[in-house]
Amino acid sequence: MKHSHSNAMSMSRRFFLRSSSALAALSFIPNSVKAFYQDVKEKFFVKKQMIPIQLEINKKQYSLTVDSRATLLDVLREELNLTGSKKGCDHGQCGACTVHINGERALSCLTLAAMAQGKAITTIEGLADGDNLHPMQEAFIEHDGFQCGYCTSGQIMSAVACVDEGHTGSVEEIKEYMSGNLCRCGAYNGITEAIQQVAK
Amino acid sequence: MKPFEYTKPKTVREALSSVTKHSHYIAGGTNLVDLMKKQIDEPDKLLDITNTLPDQIEVKDNGVVIGAMVRNTAIAVNKAILESWPLLSKAILKGASPQIRNMASAGGNLLQRTRCPYFYDLTLPCNKRKNGSGCGALKGNNRMGAIIGYSDACVAVHPSDMCVALAALDAKVNIRKADGSEETMNFLDFHRLPGNNPEKDNNLPENALITSIFVPKNNFSKHFEYLKLRDRESYAFALVSVAAALDMDGNQISEARLASGGVAHKPWRWTKAEAFLKGKQATAENFAEAARIAAEDTAPLSTNAFKVPLLKGAIETALHTCLTNKA
Repeated sequence: MKHSHSNAMSMSRRFFLRSSSALAALSFIPNSVKAFYQDVKEKFFVKKQMIPIQLEINKKQYSLTVDSRATLLDVLREELNLTGSKKGCDHGQCGACTVHINGERALSCLTLAAMAQGKAITTIEGLADGDNLHPMQEAFIEHDGFQCGYCTSGQIMSAVACVDEGHTGSVEEIKEYMSGNLCRCGAYNGITEAIQQVAK
Repeated sequence: MKPFEYTKPKTVREALSSVTKHSHYIAGGTNLVDLMKKQIDEPDKLLDITNTLPDQIEVKDNGVVIGAMVRNTAIAVNKAILESWPLLSKAILKGASPQIRNMASAGGNLLQRTRCPYFYDLTLPCNKRKNGSGCGALKGNNRMGAIIGYSDACVAVHPSDMCVALAALDAKVNIRKADGSEETMNFLDFHRLPGNNPEKDNNLPENALITSIFVPKNNFSKHFEYLKLRDRESYAFALVSVAAALDMDGNQISEARLASGGVAHKPWRWTKAEAFLKGKQATAENFAEAARIAAEDTAPLSTNAFKVPLLKGAIETALHTCLTNKA
């Protein structure tokens, strides 16, 4: 037991000496070798691609250059400062990122920004008319349709679409058609009441 | 997500000629973008085919042709579909969420991955993700797993609801192959069982495109049901689902269709039970016997034996509902 312990100690000492000298050697590698490594990397690995795109968001045109991997949600939040749309799960399970694309509700976290070109996008920031809130926003406030508020913009975007689609015939129908939006505070009753009020 | 090159071909021909060894087509993206974020799928090139494929629903004399780009919601709310193929509409509306149904394409619904929790967890073995790494679910958490048609290599189930209806309705899949030629596949031959190659979910030739789905005319629009049983009432995968359709002559069954989701690696048709029902009276006894015949062939895994009685009950209930369902 004692023997193996001291053996492990000497191993780790040896490992330390080896790795630190390897690191020291790394700094002496000439730039030409590093450049060669970069060349090889560029040849065999796909570089990130930056794409110039045009987006129409809340009736405003935006021209920007984005990574091909960027989702609409990331572009809204990180590039355009439209942080109303929230990143909940980022995997299409919670609905916090819901926006309208060509008038239909969709998940911005599963939409590549490059694929959103040429479409009319509406986010929560585009609902109100100046200082006048959208009736659904008013109804959410009136009926306590939220607690922490994180899912609220997604809920409201989905709720507006739910009314437009005409899926408000009963509480059951509203719940079914709002099932893509999760609320972990459990404000569902308030949300349902708000939708019923606007649907009237 | 690994970097990739994004391109948007203008025609099917251009799309087919732009493929590379590790490229993928993308339409709705609801499954693929998620898999790429999790680095389960790592294409080096994405071909955005949203402008190349038909997005119309065309009613013909012998059936309906649904373009591959038609969004799931658009199929479900289409007037002709609601009138003549209401089972398809009902099944679609039981799947995913309104947002996802608005995004997902018809072709993409067929091509979503057959999957289970082990497929989604890169730290666990999964033959579907990496053949040869083993199936963690076989003796692990297989509550959601298959009860028929599985192999030691894979016990995952196909998650689509729309596909269960298409299986029941004997649909056909029109495809355009990489060499430009066209082919029509029977829907029942489209998806495959895992065998020793669970990394393949379907028999679509490499780099081929689904261009449309054909659903033949039928006499099932009066007596049908899609029953989906799950852990929560909405927005969850099926534990067991049943698509049932009857062509009735008085109280006699001229033809029956029964298919299930949540039970196998592909949408499953209960052909023996269908054959039993043909020509029989629509009685509770016959429905119970059909359910028994279907369940007879199942062999549940270590933790999903509950699915067998659930399936029997679901088949019986769905058949009863067929008699009272008014489209």
